Amino acid sequence: MFWNAFIIALREIRRNLTRAFLTVIGVVIGVAAVVTLVTLGRGATETVKAQIEKVGSNLLTLRPGQGWGPQSAPLFSQGDMEAVRDQVPGIRAIAPMSSTSVQAISDEDARQTDIQGTTPEYFPIGNWQIASGRFFTDEEVVDGATVAVIGETIRKELFPKGDAIGQKIRLLSTAVTVIGVTTVKGQAGWGDDLDDNIIIPITTLQRRLNGQMSKQNLGQIMISTEDGYPSEAVVADLNSLMRERRRLSRNQQNNFSAFDSRQIADAVSSSTKVMTSLLGAVAGVSLLVGGIGIMNIMLVSVTERTREIGIRMAIGARAREVMLQFLVEAVTLSCVGGLCGIALAYGLCVWLAKLVGAPFTFDPKINGIAFIFSAAIGILFGFMPARRAAGLDPIEALRHE
Amino acid sequence: MSNLIELRDLTKTYGRGDAAFQALRGVDMDIARGEFLAVMGPSGSGKSTLMNLLGCLDTPSTGSYRFEGVEVETLNKDQRSLLRRTALGFIFQGFNLLARTSALENVELPLLYRGYTRKQRHEMARKALASVGLPDKERNTPSELSGGQQQRVAIARAIVTHPGTLFADEPTGNLDSKTTLEVMELLCRLNEDLGITVIMVTHEDEVAHYAKRIVHVRDGLIGSDEINTNRTLRSR
Repeated sequence: MFWNAFIIALREIRRNLTRAFLTVIGVVIGVAAVVTLVTLGRGATETVKAQIEKVGSNLLTLRPGQGWGPQSAPLFSQGDMEAVRDQVPGIRAIAPMSSTSVQAISDEDARQTDIQGTTPEYFPIGNWQIASGRFFTDEEVVDGATVAVIGETIRKELFPKGDAIGQKIRLLSTAVTVIGVTTVKGQAGWGDDLDDNIIIPITTLQRRLNGQMSKQNLGQIMISTEDGYPSEAVVADLNSLMRERRRLSRNQQNNFSAFDSRQIADAVSSSTKVMTSLLGAVAGVSLLVGGIGIMNIMLVSVTERTREIGIRMAIGARAREVMLQFLVEAVTLSCVGGLCGIALAYGLCVWLAKLVGAPFTFDPKINGIAFIFSAAIGILFGFMPARRAAGLDPIEALRHE
Repeated sequence: MSNLIELRDLTKTYGRGDAAFQALRGVDMDIARGEFLAVMGPSGSGKSTLMNLLGCLDTPSTGSYRFEGVEVETLNKDQRSLLRRTALGFIFQGFNLLARTSALENVELPLLYRGYTRKQRHEMARKALASVGLPDKERNTPSELSGGQQQRVAIARAIVTHPGTLFADEPTGNLDSKTTLEVMELLCRLNEDLGITVIMVTHEDEVAHYAKRIVHVRDGLIGSDEINTNRTLRSR
């Protein structure tokens, strides 16, 4: 009975393709809008997440003072770092970080850039990969060796002719030898060029560039947490440990801050999620309007085809078979509309993703949901017209002009 | 063996109270298998009402209608649908074919409700079209066929399920005299060769004269009921 209803419905749709097209156009647009917006929204979230991965995943930064900008608060000491490493659970790696901005001069060019002084542990924390050469070693840190690992932007600027390994860069009065070039990271989400930096052993920075040897000399402490360990707990432990070490009384504010990269990621992705669901809801309304369009055309179609319904009843179609026919017709139309909408959305997503340079990922879940939703709309809005058709009196219907 | 159709004191009233109109006021009639009956009468005489009741499209207000021994008024809507589907065929004045649908698919229509396979449907519909003399018009849509051809497609649709009884409501009302002849000869052939009982409503004498028996309805009652003695015989 169901298969027959399907055949009958298909024949009816084929009999009037223009009407079928007009009926489904609303659903096509609705489904396409929902799928496109949600897919692009997801893509945007993914992009933000990927960019935060570039800076370093599971990254916590312990900074002096509160907020951004220059701080008068005390820096951290080697002792602080060791205490954190020993006493805070959930830490995978920890590295000190001091930075300064100086003119870097090669034989060919010069550039004002960021010099970061740290230890080898920073490379995995900051998600750095080596493109050529090598990272510096713990011994080189102990020795205060004059070696440097540079970003691709620096290599391009200072050594435009080619290989940088073994070349010298002058920083103030010190010459450092390039031992490694990192792989390209590109821009951070906020527009910073992540490849525009020079990484040298922290001791070299302290002794040769800053010329200071005090104990409170670490600008920042970079920490990567263990996978799956809640970064909130690490932040809480860090806060209480540092408050204790700095002997802050209960009514004193923190004069340092523990900064969680995942928090930014979460904040950004939750705001894009809100945008996505808002836009998706608007698109959902258009899908609903598409459904009402189906109901409208089906109602008109029942009136227009009253005589045909009469014929079917006279030759022995039961009320439920007439109902099923119209219901299957509505559902078939809305499903076809859903499929066309998904295809249209696919095209739109590929095109738009290329336009804005965001990655495109085909999400079977949202496509599935949109398809099921369009089928549900067919049932929902096809029901009333179908019931009206089934309730017709065969004699009246046959007499209908 | 009992009659195919037995009507006892059948009445049909439309509306209610003051507006009530009694279309049939007590009809008694027996119709045997294999008859070719013409129901005649002026418009408003109740012949259409009688036809709808006989065709199980409607139920009587009072009285009894037995079809093959079954009391039709005890059947519900679905059971009457199934009775129409299996035992009855219908031909209408306006042909009532589905527009933009090929002759073959039109003839297949009743089979769709009976669960035949695609192959069986095609075969049965082709056979029916051939039996009404239109084996080469399978692909044509109604708008590409003449009135007489359309009515023959409608007849093919009515007989494709091999019903025992065929109801024809003014089957030649929209046809000229030449195609009227074609259609009536076809009905005679179905009646004589296949033994199908044909019950036909008409207001044309020359059409009625193809029937074996002519019933006149007047004011909701049977006016006359006689064997047609000067029957128009089909050309052999």
